[in-house]
Amino acid sequence: MSVFDLRLSEIHNRLQNKQLSVAELVEHSIKQISDSDDKIGAFLTLNEAGARKEALALDAQLAAGGNRGLLFGIPAGIKDNIVTEGLRTTCGSKFLENYDPIYDATVVSKLRDAQSITIGKLNMDEFAMGGSNENSAYRAVRNPWDLERVPGGSSGGSAAAVAAGQVYFTLGSDTGGSIRQPAAYCGVVGLKPTYGLVSRFGLVAFASSLDQIGPITKNVEDSAYVLQAIAGHDDRDTTSANVEIPDYLSALTGDVKGLRIGVPKEYLGEGIDPQVKERVLEALKVFESLGAVWEEVSLPHTEYAIATYYLLASSEASSNLARFDGVRYGVRADNPSNLLDLYRRSRSEGFGAEVKRRIMLGTYALSSGYYDAYYKKAQQVRTLIKQDFDQVFEKYDLIIGPTAPTTAFKLGEQVGDPLTMYLNDICTIPVSLAGVPAISVPCGTAEGLPVGLQIIGKPFDEQTVLRAAHAFESQTGFHNLRPALS
Amino acid sequence: MSITRNDVEHVANLARLELSEQEKEQFEGQLNAILKYAEKLNQLDTDGIEPTSHVLPLANVMRDDKVKPSLPIEKVLLNAPEDEDGHFKVPAVLE
Repeated sequence: MSVFDLRLSEIHNRLQNKQLSVAELVEHSIKQISDSDDKIGAFLTLNEAGARKEALALDAQLAAGGNRGLLFGIPAGIKDNIVTEGLRTTCGSKFLENYDPIYDATVVSKLRDAQSITIGKLNMDEFAMGGSNENSAYRAVRNPWDLERVPGGSSGGSAAAVAAGQVYFTLGSDTGGSIRQPAAYCGVVGLKPTYGLVSRFGLVAFASSLDQIGPITKNVEDSAYVLQAIAGHDDRDTTSANVEIPDYLSALTGDVKGLRIGVPKEYLGEGIDPQVKERVLEALKVFESLGAVWEEVSLPHTEYAIATYYLLASSEASSNLARFDGVRYGVRADNPSNLLDLYRRSRSEGFGAEVKRRIMLGTYALSSGYYDAYYKKAQQVRTLIKQDFDQVFEKYDLIIGPTAPTTAFKLGEQVGDPLTMYLNDICTIPVSLAGVPAISVPCGTAEGLPVGLQIIGKPFDEQTVLRAAHAFESQTGFHNLRPALS
Repeated sequence: MSITRNDVEHVANLARLELSEQEKEQFEGQLNAILKYAEKLNQLDTDGIEPTSHVLPLANVMRDDKVKPSLPIEKVLLNAPEDEDGHFKVPAVLE
């Protein structure tokens, strides 16, 4: 058994019993990255020297018998839109190819407090805009299950690194599905927490009312461990929720008896691959066998979610990305003739096509004369979508469906057709608009590629989401399937 | 509503982007396709529906008005493409 197959709790015990050292864990990661990343392309920046130094310090601490944090000695990868002091953070963009942050994001500080080790920064779609990771300005990430296919986006590097056994867990960010969809395509576990549960301070903003950081792991227990470490109020983030953080690990009881599950008919209708639908129906039988009950429900505004999302997310992006002006950081055009020329040419040289497209769409939607027709209208439809969820959650504990309508598609297959690419997020976007938590767990394969099951919960009810996901994976073991590459 | 080449140029100007002729052509087609798709929202009657800009009830976060040390200038300028005498440098704004 590879050390990467161990659960974080097992690693914790082995470290405690001196069966394993932190230095060994770090070397395993570095070797696996060095052996496989020329094929996968998950990492943009490696922190080899820093990780080795930290490992020695933690091993010394272990020998001295000091206190150990929740993630003591566990090497992690961080999506490259989460800032890390002194460790290059590019957001997958040429604009920031030389950007060395001067502070840590709150989640990075929290991982540090929990004594995890940052191995490096993970590839992503530029500024988190994309559903395939082909929009990275550096290189496309490849799916470890089939190198000709995409890993999903925008946290494709974060999901592929876990699937390829390069690192023990990663952090991603999810705006419209960017943790859950790549987790589904790569056969790993991806959790989008409730909006506001995890601080966004130090996350380079894409769409501020939707972005959320969350863990990508090999199994649900590890997901609960990482969430425990990163959740909590942060007064540096004005959108951080001030709620009590429960014990997520104690929620993993295996008991789902009597749990009421709603299955939206819209998530299993037109456009859903028949094999994906079949895996989801099989998963529901597993829940039935464990004593849960499920019924078909309706989220009637689902078909409007993608249009709503792309108007709102692009509008917020056009505003957030205004800060990239070539003055304080990032790319700067040569010999500008005046300030406006500096802004225009720096931004045009620094941003890729998808980012420009979304800035253009957002600027148009927010511009005089179109604001009410597009932006305000989309915000009103967002209310209707949120009400759909509120109504179902009056009667049901969870909503379950597929994470994505298909398995991973081939590189280049959808790259010239943004609208088709956007439709891949039909099952994840409504959840983001409603701000509720959801996890993607592996539920089998279709023609050798992983299929993701999405389990959606009430706001701040991550415990029930994790409990159901853990019960399912304990019963089925699909999370133990690994791509041949690793 | 459809987007014309003039609209693309106007929006690019508002967004502080300089687009090539090829990009203008590409965005004209793609933005028209996306906005046409977005018009399906007009199928819904949203009269009287409050817009949701945020799912959380947001409140201002206030802190005590206390003087604290600022970031050192060398750190602030660490990533500046061009700086001079402790300032970010830009082309002359006034001639």
